[in-house]
Amino acid sequence: MSPAIGATLNRVDGRFKVRGESRYSAEVPVPNLTHAVVVNAKIASGRITAIDTSEAERAEGVLAVLTHRNLSPVATVPKLLPSLAGLAAPGQSFFPMQDETIHYAGQPVAIVVADTIERADHAGTLIRFEYAPTPATTLLDQARDQAYVPERIFGGLLPGHASRGDVAKALAEAEVCVDTTYRFAPNHHNPIEPSASTAVWEDADRLTVYDSTQGPNSVQFTLAELLGLPPISIRVVSHAVGGSFGSKAMVWHHPALAALAARHVGRPVRLVLTREQMFTSCGHREEQEQRITLAAGADGRITALRHHKLSLTSPFDDWAEPSLQSPSVAYTSPNYEGIYHLVRGNTITPTFTRAPGEATGMFALECAMDELAERIGVDPLELRLRNYSATDPESGKPWSSSGLTECYQRAAELFGWHGRDPRPRSRREGQWLIGTGMASALYPVTQPVNPQRARARLYNDGTAVVEAGVSEFGTGVFTAMTQVAADGLGIPVERVRFVGGSSDLPNVTAAVGSAGTSAVGSAVHLATTQLRDELIRRAVADDHSPLRGADPAAVQVRDGKMVLRDRPDVGETYADLMHRTFMPDVEVLGTWNPPPQDAGYGVHTFGAQMAEVAVDADLGVVRVRRMVGVFAPGRVLNRKTAHSQLMGGMLWGLGQALLEATRMDPRMGRWANASLGDYLVPVNADAPDVVVDTIEVHDEVVNPLGMKGVGEIGVVGVAAAIANAVHHATGRRQYELPITLEKLL
Amino acid sequence: MKSYEALRTAPNPDHAVVRGPGEVEVHLHVNGESRTAIIEPRVSLLDALRDRLELTGTKKGCNQGACGACTVWVDGRRVLSCLTLAITCENREVTTIEALSEGDTLHPMQQAFLDCDAFQCGYCTPGQIMSAVALLAEGHVGDDTEIGEWMSGNICRCAAYPHIRAAIRRVRDEGGPGDASR
Ligand code: FES
Ligand code: FES
Repeated sequence: MSPAIGATLNRVDGRFKVRGESRYSAEVPVPNLTHAVVVNAKIASGRITAIDTSEAERAEGVLAVLTHRNLSPVATVPKLLPSLAGLAAPGQSFFPMQDETIHYAGQPVAIVVADTIERADHAGTLIRFEYAPTPATTLLDQARDQAYVPERIFGGLLPGHASRGDVAKALAEAEVCVDTTYRFAPNHHNPIEPSASTAVWEDADRLTVYDSTQGPNSVQFTLAELLGLPPISIRVVSHAVGGSFGSKAMVWHHPALAALAARHVGRPVRLVLTREQMFTSCGHREEQEQRITLAAGADGRITALRHHKLSLTSPFDDWAEPSLQSPSVAYTSPNYEGIYHLVRGNTITPTFTRAPGEATGMFALECAMDELAERIGVDPLELRLRNYSATDPESGKPWSSSGLTECYQRAAELFGWHGRDPRPRSRREGQWLIGTGMASALYPVTQPVNPQRARARLYNDGTAVVEAGVSEFGTGVFTAMTQVAADGLGIPVERVRFVGGSSDLPNVTAAVGSAGTSAVGSAVHLATTQLRDELIRRAVADDHSPLRGADPAAVQVRDGKMVLRDRPDVGETYADLMHRTFMPDVEVLGTWNPPPQDAGYGVHTFGAQMAEVAVDADLGVVRVRRMVGVFAPGRVLNRKTAHSQLMGGMLWGLGQALLEATRMDPRMGRWANASLGDYLVPVNADAPDVVVDTIEVHDEVVNPLGMKGVGEIGVVGVAAAIANAVHHATGRRQYELPITLEKLL
Repeated sequence: MKSYEALRTAPNPDHAVVRGPGEVEVHLHVNGESRTAIIEPRVSLLDALRDRLELTGTKKGCNQGACGACTVWVDGRRVLSCLTLAITCENREVTTIEALSEGDTLHPMQQAFLDCDAFQCGYCTPGQIMSAVALLAEGHVGDDTEIGEWMSGNICRCAAYPHIRAAIRRVRDEGGPGDASR
């Protein structure tokens, strides 16, 4: 029996998905269901002065019209805390509809509940609001003079500034200096499944919510605080989630609003956000700019890195996606200074967006590196190698594992990097200017704070069910866990069923920060190997077992049969032992205690990205012709699903580079393009074939199976590789994302 | 199992009648079965399928005609069900993802999507498959550029696009029929 881990198993939930049988959160049949629609503030700042709900209340089929006047208030509003911490994880430290104040356009101001979605929708348009607007800040440019440096960002988890060495001195003494500023448009996640919550009160203190989330337990804990109920009163179920990319990583207002509305009307309520509401209800990647100052010797060795970020946050939270973290450790740099500057504006609190911070921070650094390479006449890949850091430059500690130089080498081979003519505009095919570019990719390995749990139960027919509260939103985690469990127990994958997606199951953290599969995978590994060891112990202690008296360490399990390692003919199956000893099943709860974040090692995931673009010399249209990404994500559980995630991540980078921007209309303080027709994401014709490869690095530090995560590293570096390729093709540096064609005319 | 080609020639008589705006009885023919829904004329085919007929395989991604997740066949043509009123589909044959397999046997396109890992979250997938089967029958899958262009009405935010093309190529090259008659 060959190991299941590493194999290319088809997704275990795949059959259901291609047949349209998976039930996403808005699709679970619920008797006596009603439909809720949220109505949003049209102004970005001010107060509601009058509301007339009479016409809406009279409309056919309407059961309730709720505003701050009649919605029962929430018990407490928990503070923003990233969901990886495993506690209540609201997307912002604010809950709407508690008073008449409007902080941002799109803030919920009313909920209509009706017997059909069409009637709820229509009645929502009949509510009349009068507002007293006040001036709003919705763009960085409106308030950059009011910027401040926060003490901490990111729910208090990261410092607002950091430094080492003496940057000023190093800059003064630098032989070469690159000093550039990059601007980034806001981005929205736009999973194809809009967020949805269906709230069902079984009685006054028993609530079930079917919710589209990256963490059922996060939703449970957040609802408990908002509703003033103990966690035992709340069950959150998430059978299948239609993508997230960070939009469902934190707990936003809709599950609680659905629960409050359902309690009000005394019937189950389904609340599905519209596509337009997805732009104002679950955070976004904030508008930002980053200034990078790179000081180097004439040989290109970096002597100082100064990295400042300025971004827009909400009135409630000091949020900045952590753009400075990975760049600060990407290369040796004895002198470093990183500072976040924030401006408060009239916006919902921004949030995690796939590769949150790394996608923008590494863009800035890797474009500056390309400029430095050009300045000193060194190949961009060679410049990276010269600055490669074999230890974590921040702490001086060794990497738990790296693989970065192997990634560079493999990517260069796959792409055909060597022999590249570095001169801009050196290749032309008809009207197309051709260029190539590269970048490094880094993503931190972030450990969950709390113990991670999974339960394994083996039945006496040799099949096993393995459970943990993780949700499946496209990562392939249910498939990978089936493989981990099969290897842990020593049985084929066909005999394992993994069950996830409910807060009733053993608690694991929300699957965020590329840490979901490692967190639950470690727990599943421990649960299943402990269960296996338990049965081996029973076998060697059983007088009727052929293994009686054997050293447990000398026993292994293959295909459900416990056998002596050096005498595979001696042994018995789990089923034989369990039948003989009258055991219907055996169950073990596995608990993984994550190591502290600072366990004596630098922990990061590494990769290398390369891209070839063609730019229309007359029209400025950029087409990405091919991309190569090579990553060292530690142990790969399922080659097929892992490569898919890396590929998807790389195409996300393409979107970030060329297409994705949410445009603010500052006169109204509202997004001007809140639809999938106007917010451009890559479509099939935009997406070239992508070459993905992985370098397997062995890592005993991060977790028992040595997994470092594949969800986000694929995004990092792509936009820089494309921008650098555009420069190579055209001779024009790009300082603003996305690179729309007017920038190349 | 539904033959895409055969459905295109289905007769579709329309009768101009005034019904609504309140709830009316609407008679639909979905996946070969007669179904009746009591709905207002403003109800979209998508909401009728998902909320009234419990056929939730067809997905709602935008409700604005921009994502393709709601793609079904009406009289054998690819249609965005979010932009189609259910009542206009009376006397027409509606085919959804639920009708594509024959019992436990997946349609070749479904099998190819599974084997090529042509999805991640799976939410766009029914729409992708309904478009893919149709494009094959219509002859729009000559090369990858053509597949890419014709499949660009179906957004996959997980960006499984290269694998979606691979799945379509596989069915094309195996001589698999665009319809399900095999
Ligand atoms: S839901 Fe119909 S096109 Fe998006
Ligand atoms: S598989 Fe997730 S949107 Fe296509």
